[in-house]
Amino acid sequence: MESLTLSDVEQKYYSDLFAYCDTDNTKKVASNGRVLDLFRAAQLPSEVVLQITELCGATRLGHFGRSQFYIALKLIAIAQSGLPLRVESLNSVKDLPLPRFVVGKNEAEARHAALYQDTDSQGLYPASAAAVMPRPPGRGLQNKKAPPPSTSLPVHEVVQPLAASVEPQPEPTSPVVSPDQSPPTSPPSWRKHKRQHSGGNVDRPPVVAAAGAVWTQFREPQTVSAEGMWASHSPPPPGQESWVSFTADTPPSSTLPGMHPSSVQESTTIRTVASAAMTNEIQRQSSGYDDPWKITDEQRQYYINQFKTIQPDLTGFIPGSAAKEFFTKSKLPILELSHIWELSDFDKDGALTLDEFCAAFHLVVARKNGYDLPEKLPESLMPKLIDLDDSAEVPEQTADVGYSGSPVEVTPNKSPSMPSLNQAWQEMNPNNEDTAIVHPVPIRMTPSKIHMQEMELKRTGSDNNHPTSPLLTKPPELDEEAKLPASMKFVAANTVGEGYSSSDSFTSDPEPITRQRSQSGTSPEPLKVVAPPPPPPRPHPTHSRSSSLDMNRTFAATSAAGQAQASAIAYLPAVPPRPLPTQAAPGAAAGLATTAAATTTAAATTSPQQIPQQPNFADFSQFQAFAASEQPSSLPEVDKHSEAGPVEKAPEGAGPLRTVKSDGQVDERASASVNSAKGASGPIAPPPKPVRRRLKSEDELRPEDEQHGPQKSNVIAAVLSTQPSIPRSVGKDKKAIQASIRRNKETNTVLARLNSELQQQLKDLLEERISLEVQLEQLRPFSHL
Amino acid sequence: MAVCIAVIAKENYPLYIRSVPTQNELKFHYTVHTSLDVVEEKISAVGKSLGDQRELYLGLLYPTEDYKVYGYVTNSKVKFVIVVDSSNTSLRDNEIRSMFRKLHNTFTDVMCNPFHNPGDTIQSKAFDGIVSGMMVQSG
Repeated sequence: MESLTLSDVEQKYYSDLFAYCDTDNTKKVASNGRVLDLFRAAQLPSEVVLQITELCGATRLGHFGRSQFYIALKLIAIAQSGLPLRVESLNSVKDLPLPRFVVGKNEAEARHAALYQDTDSQGLYPASAAAVMPRPPGRGLQNKKAPPPSTSLPVHEVVQPLAASVEPQPEPTSPVVSPDQSPPTSPPSWRKHKRQHSGGNVDRPPVVAAAGAVWTQFREPQTVSAEGMWASHSPPPPGQESWVSFTADTPPSSTLPGMHPSSVQESTTIRTVASAAMTNEIQRQSSGYDDPWKITDEQRQYYINQFKTIQPDLTGFIPGSAAKEFFTKSKLPILELSHIWELSDFDKDGALTLDEFCAAFHLVVARKNGYDLPEKLPESLMPKLIDLDDSAEVPEQTADVGYSGSPVEVTPNKSPSMPSLNQAWQEMNPNNEDTAIVHPVPIRMTPSKIHMQEMELKRTGSDNNHPTSPLLTKPPELDEEAKLPASMKFVAANTVGEGYSSSDSFTSDPEPITRQRSQSGTSPEPLKVVAPPPPPPRPHPTHSRSSSLDMNRTFAATSAAGQAQASAIAYLPAVPPRPLPTQAAPGAAAGLATTAAATTTAAATTSPQQIPQQPNFADFSQFQAFAASEQPSSLPEVDKHSEAGPVEKAPEGAGPLRTVKSDGQVDERASASVNSAKGASGPIAPPPKPVRRRLKSEDELRPEDEQHGPQKSNVIAAVLSTQPSIPRSVGKDKKAIQASIRRNKETNTVLARLNSELQQQLKDLLEERISLEVQLEQLRPFSHL
Repeated sequence: MAVCIAVIAKENYPLYIRSVPTQNELKFHYTVHTSLDVVEEKISAVGKSLGDQRELYLGLLYPTEDYKVYGYVTNSKVKFVIVVDSSNTSLRDNEIRSMFRKLHNTFTDVMCNPFHNPGDTIQSKAFDGIVSGMMVQSG
């Protein structure tokens, strides 16, 4: 287990707890009895408890030693705060509230706590809980109000905590004051862990570890009460400068009386009217979660009104400068405002959306009331950004939408929901989701920002449903540039979301676009491939695909493979047709078809590598010859020759042409060199495996399209059409196929090399040609005249 | 993994400087200060239109036997300087670049904050958090 550093408070608390559990006084606590009770009292889901047990090593040891116990307690606290359970977080989480345990018994001390029990948790454990916690530290967070005498604890405590909530530092360290009083009562009082806020307050802002981490318990009630206060006090009239005029004291007092009577006694009584009242006021969205950072409806409405005064368009943004002015009116120190801004400007775009504005406003209000600013944005305040939702969020979000109050617990960390946010967004959410999905644009952020957000989301460790406030609200404002990447990301993020079925459709949108683009390139080719008239009678040996083994065997298997591949490869580059492409092509095609020797001249382009190839790559052999001869000087001849040739070739059987074409694509470039002679060879190579042929033709077709006219395509189409049918019957032998595959691969490489060489030759040829033409011009004086 | 991270404004005064071993801070401050000369030198050397990331990242400014100093300058002449321990498994260049990128992003976020006046020292907790994350984790 990693070392665990505990604050003083925690240390004392944990040791007390340990002592409590260590009934046998063996310094080891078996994983039963009180420990289990204790853990159960933590009111965490059982799997979380199991996980905690495992993490702390008790499973390993079989029992809880002191260290394991402490670690477990800390993990419980972590889990209750809604943070993910991780060993690293043991030491890294600062200001962690002490773990809370719901204990039924109440003692006098406990009364205090009971008062604040959050409304939802019914069995309030009166102060006992509170008392319990406070006890160990004995650090009373001195409340403004002097801690009342123990007897009158309940009320006072109530008051205090309430007041405390209002006062500075209320959150984490609720007015410990009262507890101080109670402590004396009984040592074991701490046992009474106060009521568990159901499932832990997920987003309790990091509790100020200060003296009263214990007081976090109070925090809840206080925040509850504070919220109640807010709720009860309707937001100060708009336009009021010091709008944070939540009079802390009054509400508590108002609620106090209710609490008072019940306070003294055991838990349930303390439940108190007050708490009930508070509950109502507080409006806990999620059952049993009291979130000090939740925004009540009234508050939200007020915020929205304020937002409107600055920016009438609720879906719009408030620029940073306007926000700065507005929040400066609250008279908070700039540093704190800066921090609030950092927390609330979730997408870091320098402007506040409605959600962000509400969060910021809420934080300001909290701060004015004495709450410490959290280190991270509480979940309930996070703006919902759909684009950044992960799958977990999505379902949760939808769930939230569905049941505003239901604590959708995707993970223990997740706050039950962002009720207030959900409320506001419920109507919008479903629509928003759809709309967000529909609008590809929503994100105003640059891709880097999105990334940052994602990172931040992960950092906060909360799955927040982030309805894309920016997304939803301001599609028009989105940056177009950012749109795509944002939308892509957004889409990607959403693909998981169940509610985002549309996102899938959306996702698909960009894809088809790209797909189309790519397809556009390819479609013509395939079309052409399909289109071409049936191949000439004789399947070209060139398309030596594995299937037609006969072919392969017939024509040096390797070569065949190589040829097919080479041809395919050769064609891929789709070298623009050389000068006499049309002419040359046919010629080349023809030449190719004529594998054998026909024309030595042009064939040279293909390097000698062709030699080993199948005869069907007649072209190659030709090229070989050509290559052998390959001198620029010969090229002109070739060219001319090919010029003549192609013409002849054209009339030649379509077959040869087609086949040649298929094979000769590569050669086309060289086709200039490949002469008509080659073309003449025509159907030369024995029909290469039809499959290969087809493939080749496809390849060929592609370059061919560029180079040749429709005629070629027709031919090719014909060839292709016939070809496919042929191979089927042939070559079922798997091994042969594999062998041919290998061969094809070899041929591929060979052809690739060939291709590069041919290209080079092509370049040379071009230069040659140019120079020759120049000479010609010079020599031919004004022939045009 | 850095032992010291500093952000220096255009006018060459520090906006933010933090070192991990909190003792000997002065030494790091001094190092950062002297590295500014190297930064200036590099900036003027590159000259012309600097636009792409490559030029933003200045690379190793100078190594000493104890540590290495890396520099990065933004288009607005705000300089980031990272001092890393030489004993560290030498960080790859990419890692340093990514650190700078992160710094830059966080710095941008700080600048976006309307409550932050450019030229003030950076007091953002988020920035602090990022920087701490990049510093050497001591146990």
